[in-house]
Amino acid sequence: MNLNLKVWRQNSPDEKGQMVDYQLEGISEHMSFLEMMDVLNQKLINSGERPVAFDHDCREGICGSCSMFINGEAHGPVKGTTTCQLHMRSFKDGDTIFIEPFRANAFPVIKDLVIDRSAFDRIQHSGGYISVNTSGNTQDANATPIPKENADLAMDAATCIGCGACVATCKNSSAMLFVGAKISQYALLPQGQVEAKDRAQNMVAQMDAEGFGNCTNTGACEVECPKGISLSNIARMNREFLDGSITK
Amino acid sequence: MSTLDGKIPGGPISEKWTNYKNKVDLVNPANKRNIDVIVVGTGLAGGSAAATLAEQGYNVKAFCYQDSPRRAHSIAAQGGINAAKNYQGDGDSVYRLFYDTVKGGDYRSREANVHRLAEVSTNIIDQCVAQGVPFARDYGGLLDNRSFGGVLVSRTFYAKGQTGQQLLLGAYSAMNRQIARGKIKMYNRHEMLDVVIVDGKARGIIARNLVTGEIERHSAHAVVLGTGGYGNVFYLSTNAMGSNVTAGWKAHKRGAHFANPCYTQIHPTCIPRSGDYQSKLTLMSESLRNDGRIWVPAKKEDAQAIRDGKLKPTEISEEDRDYYLERRYPAFGNLVPRDVASRAAKERCDEGHGVNATGEAVYLDFAAAIVRYGKEQATIKGEDNASESRIKELGKAIVKAKYGNLFDMYKQIVADDPYETPMMIYPAVHYTMGGIWVDYNLMTSIPGCYAIGEANFSDHGANRLGASALMQGLADGYFVLPYTIGSYLSSDIRTGQISTDTKEFDEAEKQVKERIDSLVNNNGTNPVDYYHRKLGNIMWNKCGMARNEEGLKEAIKEIAELREDFWKNVSVPGKANELNQELEKAGRVADFLELGELFAKDALERNESCGGHFREEYVEKSGEQKGEALRDDKNYAFVSAWEYTGVPSEAILHKEKLEFNDIELKQRSYK
Repeated sequence: MNLNLKVWRQNSPDEKGQMVDYQLEGISEHMSFLEMMDVLNQKLINSGERPVAFDHDCREGICGSCSMFINGEAHGPVKGTTTCQLHMRSFKDGDTIFIEPFRANAFPVIKDLVIDRSAFDRIQHSGGYISVNTSGNTQDANATPIPKENADLAMDAATCIGCGACVATCKNSSAMLFVGAKISQYALLPQGQVEAKDRAQNMVAQMDAEGFGNCTNTGACEVECPKGISLSNIARMNREFLDGSITK
Repeated sequence: MSTLDGKIPGGPISEKWTNYKNKVDLVNPANKRNIDVIVVGTGLAGGSAAATLAEQGYNVKAFCYQDSPRRAHSIAAQGGINAAKNYQGDGDSVYRLFYDTVKGGDYRSREANVHRLAEVSTNIIDQCVAQGVPFARDYGGLLDNRSFGGVLVSRTFYAKGQTGQQLLLGAYSAMNRQIARGKIKMYNRHEMLDVVIVDGKARGIIARNLVTGEIERHSAHAVVLGTGGYGNVFYLSTNAMGSNVTAGWKAHKRGAHFANPCYTQIHPTCIPRSGDYQSKLTLMSESLRNDGRIWVPAKKEDAQAIRDGKLKPTEISEEDRDYYLERRYPAFGNLVPRDVASRAAKERCDEGHGVNATGEAVYLDFAAAIVRYGKEQATIKGEDNASESRIKELGKAIVKAKYGNLFDMYKQIVADDPYETPMMIYPAVHYTMGGIWVDYNLMTSIPGCYAIGEANFSDHGANRLGASALMQGLADGYFVLPYTIGSYLSSDIRTGQISTDTKEFDEAEKQVKERIDSLVNNNGTNPVDYYHRKLGNIMWNKCGMARNEEGLKEAIKEIAELREDFWKNVSVPGKANELNQELEKAGRVADFLELGELFAKDALERNESCGGHFREEYVEKSGEQKGEALRDDKNYAFVSAWEYTGVPSEAILHKEKLEFNDIELKQRSYK
């Protein structure tokens, strides 16, 4: 198939960026979206132009590196899919495809489609852990049975890949789905109870300090999340936060 | 040639590690505050090591090329992690895990290391649960297990099909706690480009800030490499696009021996290649072999009809299907180890029974499992007269619960529904058992430089069993290195901070800069990928699942020529002092072009077949085992550790003799 691409090009954080047009011919429907980008980059290199910088690594939908806002949607048109798992069979011959970085104040553009998501790491530093040293003397893993339902819900929350699609999608650039997922994972497990109150307070404070917006219950984040993280995690986070605020 | 000393402690195998720990030198907490450790790589090995060393009080500097430590490629491991917990009461024990791993590795691993690994395996599960890793549980709230290839017990713990992700996020959370305390200084988007040796000891690294292009000097009292495997030397593999050998290779060039590079694991269940544009291959977890049956059409004309699109697999009757693993290996069936399963698939495809347009694929079929589970469910639900379609419906729900995310992934990539038609799979490069040589302390042949996880060579011999990579990464990082490194650092308590303002750092930095400059100023005509693909082709065709003397000799020559052409004609756009992904790739491919040559040499000089290293000349010629790999324990029961001399194919061989006191060397039989 032949495609018209409109790609965001920006040389550095301080320079102004713009959409640039590229034409590609002979793209196979079996290619992944990033393989299509590889073809574009090979073409640019061969003609002496600079290739488009974009983050990617595992290319199997789990590392969370790839981002890209494709035709106005985080990770493109297919639900439950990261950009690297999106295939060209989702597009038609002659399509025009707009490719932009994830946009949010807290995610500054580094170059082209590469953004700085270190704010997510800093939120995790503020409480995204259980304080247990590595000793070999922790209790036996089966000493505390955990109801399957809770373990499964914790797992569902923990499948977040930290890509930032929720932030890019939200009109307020809110990170609540991301933060709610981490807080929920620990809130649902007995190991997480000891630090639960501080955790919710600290992570929410850091989230605010990073410049992410608030949640106004639109729910777009859940719709666009490639891992289907549920909105109920935000509700659980709010409950944990409130509990901590009142009882501490 | 010299004989290497693995520094294995004395005593009976089950007491070595305990005795070692009882006697090892320790560093007191006040002194740990004055000692710096660099950890390169933040996967399961690097991440767990960085966190644990920081908990102990060392000042850790951790480096990763990704934008966050959470993205290291351990995250993509699907199936699970082994541990000798014996929660299922099916006869598992530390000894059995030790035995299975040594046998699975085709008797080419170091016994003492493997026993230690089996011993600490149980601690890993306890530690991860304490961190909040949400392993799968049964309805009683206790941990669930499943079975993997090459073993007869269920000892694999898992978190859906995302076990690596959950374990890595556990290690990442432990790191985050230490980053918040200031005990780990994290350097994201940094790539190590050299190790700096001062007075014969590893004392720091040269790293490139991948955002600004700045070349930085970092010093420490010890350097730990948790930088993963080198499967991307094949271009197409299940590794992440950025996975590379550069850190390990630089250490090799500075004096670290590189061990058994030819031991590569080709994983039997990957999604087949679809075209020349392909950038990577995707694994389908080995756990699928618990329920999937592997087959090809028994008649070549049926296989041809499928390749031509004239016949569907579901139209082939039972008697015209060849369930070749069940036929050849009745005891282990579809759960034979990976090397055996991969070679069997290649054999069938080479014989003309392969499917897919390329002829390079076999079927992994869940139809029987769906019916089996469906009948089970119908009985449980009291639906004695359930129709065929109802049974299928019930069965599909169970298969979905077990493997849903893998089936979805397959569907996204191949655009075919594996609930209705069998999956197509084919072997692909997945893991490298070879790596930097380390002694029992996990120290390389450079004093003060350690290698952990997939980056070292020690635990899996010539073939790794499923769900053992995660076990080894976390064992090394959480429970082994933090002890062993103390014995080295205890002599460094009075050293004080290591200066970066020395001639050794000057020289290393100069070399790094010159190399980068020569790449960006080359003005060649071929993009980096052009060379990487060519290298991959040579490796796959001549150093892949089956190797022979003639092909390996050709490979050595062709790789050397390709490397020469690379340095003359590679084109790297952009500048050195900016985010430049082509420059990053160029540096990594340049190192692969050297490693590939050593790989082929190692394969050429190992005149036997063992594990992932299969030499066509060395097979059983007759009897029940006809066609199976033929090991030569008399002449090759050693580790090949190569010393760099300037040209990879002229590396000097050092041997570490492998002694098996607790396990009898036998031919591996899965029949």
